[in-house]
Amino acid sequence: MKSTNIADPEYFHKVVDCQWACPAHTLVPEYIRLIAQRRYADAFMINWHSNVFPGILGRTCDRPCEPACRRGRIEEKPVAICRLKRVAADMKGDISDRLPVPPFAANGKRIALVGGGPASLTVARDLIPLGYRCTLFERDPRAGGLMRSNIPTFRLPVAVLDEEVDRVLDLGVEVYFGHSIDSLKALLNEEFDAVFIGTGAPRGKDLAIPGREEAAANIHIGIDFLSSVAFGHTERIGRRVVVIGGGNTAMDCCRTALRLGGEAVTVTVRSPRADMKASDWEIEDAMREGIPVLDNHAPKKFLVEDGKLTAVVFEKMTAEYDKSGRRTLKPAGEPPVVIECDDVLMAIGQDNAFPWIERDIGLDFDDNGMPVVDAQTYSSTRPGVFFGGDAAWGPKNIIWAVEHGHQAAISIDLFCRSEDLHGRPSPRTNLLSQKMGIHEWSYDNDISTVRRIPVPHVATNVALKNLTTEVELGYDEKLAFDEAMRCLNCDVQTVFAPQLCIECDACTDICPVDCINFIKNAPETELRNNLRVPARNLHQDIYVIEGLKTGRIMAKDEDVCLHCGLCAERCPTGAWDMQKYTYIDGQAEKLLETANGA
Amino acid sequence: MTHIVKPAFHHPALPVNACGLTHRDYEGVVSTLCAGCGHDSVSAAIIEACFELDIEAHRVAKISGIGCSSKTTNYFLDRSHGFNSVHGRMPSVATGANLANNDLVYIGVSGDGDTASIGLGQFCHVIRRRLNMVYLVENNGTYGLTKGQSSATNDKSAKNRKGVENRYEAIDLAALAIELGAGFVARSFSGDKAQLVPLMKAAIRYRGFALIDVISPCVTFNNHAASTKSYDYVREHNAALDTVDFVPPEVAITVAYDAGSTTEVTLHDGSALRLHKLADDYDPTDRAAVLPKLQRHKAAGEVATGLLYLEADETDLHGLIGTCAAPLNSLADQDLCPGNAALGQINASHS
Ligand SMILES: Cc1cc2nc3c(=O)[nH]c(=O)nc-3n(C[C@H](O)[C@H](O)[C@H](O)COP(=O)(O)OP(=O)(O)OC[C@H]3O[C@@H](n4cnc5c(N)ncnc54)[C@H](O)[C@@H]3O)c2cc1C
Ligand SMILES: Cc1ncc(C[n+]2csc(CCOP(=O)(O)OP(=O)(O)O)c2C)c(N)n1
Ligand code: SF4
Ligand code: SF4
Ligand code: SF4
Ligand SMILES: [Mg+2]
Repeated sequence: MKSTNIADPEYFHKVVDCQWACPAHTLVPEYIRLIAQRRYADAFMINWHSNVFPGILGRTCDRPCEPACRRGRIEEKPVAICRLKRVAADMKGDISDRLPVPPFAANGKRIALVGGGPASLTVARDLIPLGYRCTLFERDPRAGGLMRSNIPTFRLPVAVLDEEVDRVLDLGVEVYFGHSIDSLKALLNEEFDAVFIGTGAPRGKDLAIPGREEAAANIHIGIDFLSSVAFGHTERIGRRVVVIGGGNTAMDCCRTALRLGGEAVTVTVRSPRADMKASDWEIEDAMREGIPVLDNHAPKKFLVEDGKLTAVVFEKMTAEYDKSGRRTLKPAGEPPVVIECDDVLMAIGQDNAFPWIERDIGLDFDDNGMPVVDAQTYSSTRPGVFFGGDAAWGPKNIIWAVEHGHQAAISIDLFCRSEDLHGRPSPRTNLLSQKMGIHEWSYDNDISTVRRIPVPHVATNVALKNLTTEVELGYDEKLAFDEAMRCLNCDVQTVFAPQLCIECDACTDICPVDCINFIKNAPETELRNNLRVPARNLHQDIYVIEGLKTGRIMAKDEDVCLHCGLCAERCPTGAWDMQKYTYIDGQAEKLLETANGA
Repeated sequence: MTHIVKPAFHHPALPVNACGLTHRDYEGVVSTLCAGCGHDSVSAAIIEACFELDIEAHRVAKISGIGCSSKTTNYFLDRSHGFNSVHGRMPSVATGANLANNDLVYIGVSGDGDTASIGLGQFCHVIRRRLNMVYLVENNGTYGLTKGQSSATNDKSAKNRKGVENRYEAIDLAALAIELGAGFVARSFSGDKAQLVPLMKAAIRYRGFALIDVISPCVTFNNHAASTKSYDYVREHNAALDTVDFVPPEVAITVAYDAGSTTEVTLHDGSALRLHKLADDYDPTDRAAVLPKLQRHKAAGEVATGLLYLEADETDLHGLIGTCAAPLNSLADQDLCPGNAALGQINASHS
């Protein structure tokens, strides 16, 4: 193998597994260290810079960072990255003096934002401080998108949502609430320099099976039901409720039903439990509230008596997997299952719908009725019209909507300055030695062996009393500290200077996880196999440095390095050093200088 | 030394040996030696060898004298028996222990000061007695612990850190051991585990006295440009005479080898040493020929490494004095006391 080019900004970035996995590339280990130091406001600002909604995301994020977290490869469970974010948000105190303060010198450009979800709000947050005038049109009475209309308040308190949405709006967004855009053509005729479409995926899927029409009065589309609850239009539900679907919407539906008078609430899903789309923790939360989840149940018809829904009939399924792991669901050949009920909530997915976008304005749609959007620039085929969030490629989640917002903001800024949309800003990076003196490092490298700390919950009987009691209590300071100490500081990189190495083996011998090898060079596959512990995780790189005196190479498997710094402690010549790698993703032109702390 | 506690976490895919242990289970406390000290690598090699031989820690006694080298018995096998004795006296403690219990693996760790100066007499006699042990000299040509005085293994003409030349002839511990009848004599380098670990495994399995003279640089006091025991010097002047594969009994019977370049010696327990020659016409089993060859390498300023001498006849002290097979410390009163009648007979035979 060739020597690793550590000057490539992505090399060490990739070692910071969580940051790499985070769509917005939040500086996770940095904020976790700050939490351990009780510097909550600093931790909050780092988050706010990258992901805009730390309090919301600290409760609801899909957390792609956690399955990626290195800790999960060392012991059972990853660091509770998401819930630590909540700690930063809840304990930050007053941060008003750190925020950009309007008015901002206007640059004369006007941007229309259609839809008031996280994607549009992120575009506004990034562009307003640069002098753009942003006008937001939202059909609903308030901003927030699905975060307000669909995520139940027992998971996301309104106060938290309001605080973070208002923090963006207060920068000076011009808002038109209760204002549906019914014609893009008409909007384009107004004086906007660019338009961002962040209208989400607003249509819940339906199921055309016998009885659907006759029982219509008691069959509700999940996302419509949730927004009707959120805006106070629905306050009760039947005693016996069947939820159809196995995703996160189904979990929110069943738990909401339980709080609106549902006594026997059952979730049914066609596929096996292991294939359910909902996150494990959402399923756990539903089951903790006593909701049974019946898998392999495919709905076949609704039974209606005297014009009223009485039950749903299911066929039991079994899953078969072919060699490539592809699944087919087949009837199990068992007698049908009949579940009596008063109401049905249908939570089987969402579709995009753009009836308000004319097809003759140079904005192309594909065969599935989805707009054609460039994956790097977020531009539609009509210059000046950009997409992001669920509207761009179908339903995802909040953190992706935020990242889309950042990227669209970059493009809009480039577009308004008549620059090439592909000239994306580079990340800001920095590599800084953490050595303070002999045996002194400026980060805590004493590796904690504490196991993941569960977030305390309110008692279930209290939680179920109403819709607004937040189920999770969050970590207190002590628990947050212990959890924060589980973080392995993956941004503190092992940096190797071959000219100093005397090949004494001290690092190889001390490394607790057998990462470091002085070995004969070979092609990657062979080299991976020849290491002290063969490097089987191909997602993780081998750090290679050629040119040692003996002709061997240094090969370090990045996979399970604990960043403990023992290699650097033991090196007599300082050939190893522990250096903190800061990687700040590029954002629209001028970075928000207020959000440093890193 | 380091102040960071070595994390308990290990690589999730770490191999496990027949005892169900990983190599990390053979560690001791974190070393307090200077960072980069060769002695730490020797400890790591001992850990690796014991792990690979599936040795149970409680079947090992580690014994040492005084010096940085002698401190290292604390840094490996923390579940073994151990005795950190007085300067130069490791051999007598090992002898006593071994006489009482011949059923343990004895690993003696010493330094060049501990062995070639204050302990030279003990060294000679333990060899003559063919004590069944592995005697490791962590040889850095200096008294590390007492801040770098030149030792008796330091080469004549080698300079110390301050540029002062050594006036005295060096003691070659390997040559001396061969002279005094050691059955297994090797030299190696702390910076070359590929060579050292198999030698260590072979030495552990060898019944009789096994010396490994490990050149183990003292980074602090003797790793400068004019030293002949520095990392660079040893790497540049290393004349490896052969390499050894230690082949455990199960494998030894089944796996064939290329007889042309390889000699095989079978040990008492059925394991085998496969010697691959690197230097022409070097035969480590020919005692008369070995010593002059070593002399020649020394004269050329080379560090001859590898298995230098091997005597196929594995006789140890217990064999020489004819003790019973059972460890003496396991004999009960009835085994030791012949009883009145027998005593009467013995007395009668003298009257
Ligand atoms: C029940 C449920 C629970 C969820 N839970 C989570 C969770 O816990 N964590 C997570 O990360 N994600 C969750 N999601 C997904 C997440 O909410 C969305 O991915 C995210 O909100 C998408 O953001 P967005 O900005 O693209 O659009 P949205 O949030 O969908 O916002 C779009 C907005 O545009 C408005 N709009 C639409 N058309 C027009 C129009 N023509 N004119 C004016 N306004 C219009 C809509 O009223 C809406 O307010 C959940 C989704 C659902 C349905
Ligand atoms: C009886 C006695 N004499 C002298 C000393 C002082 N002393 C301690 S260690 C040492 C030399 C150690 O040299 P070596 O065995 O080569 O060990 P190293 O530290 O180099 O590994 C001496 C002379 C002592 N501890 N005891
Ligand atoms: S251990 Fe810490 S830095 Fe490493 S991936 Fe997990 S959260 Fe991120
Ligand atoms: S920091 Fe160094 S010693 Fe620690 S695990 Fe990583 S490579 Fe090994
Ligand atoms: S003084 Fe020399 S021998 Fe002693 S620990 Fe330091 S480097 Fe090793
Ligand atoms: Mg010494």
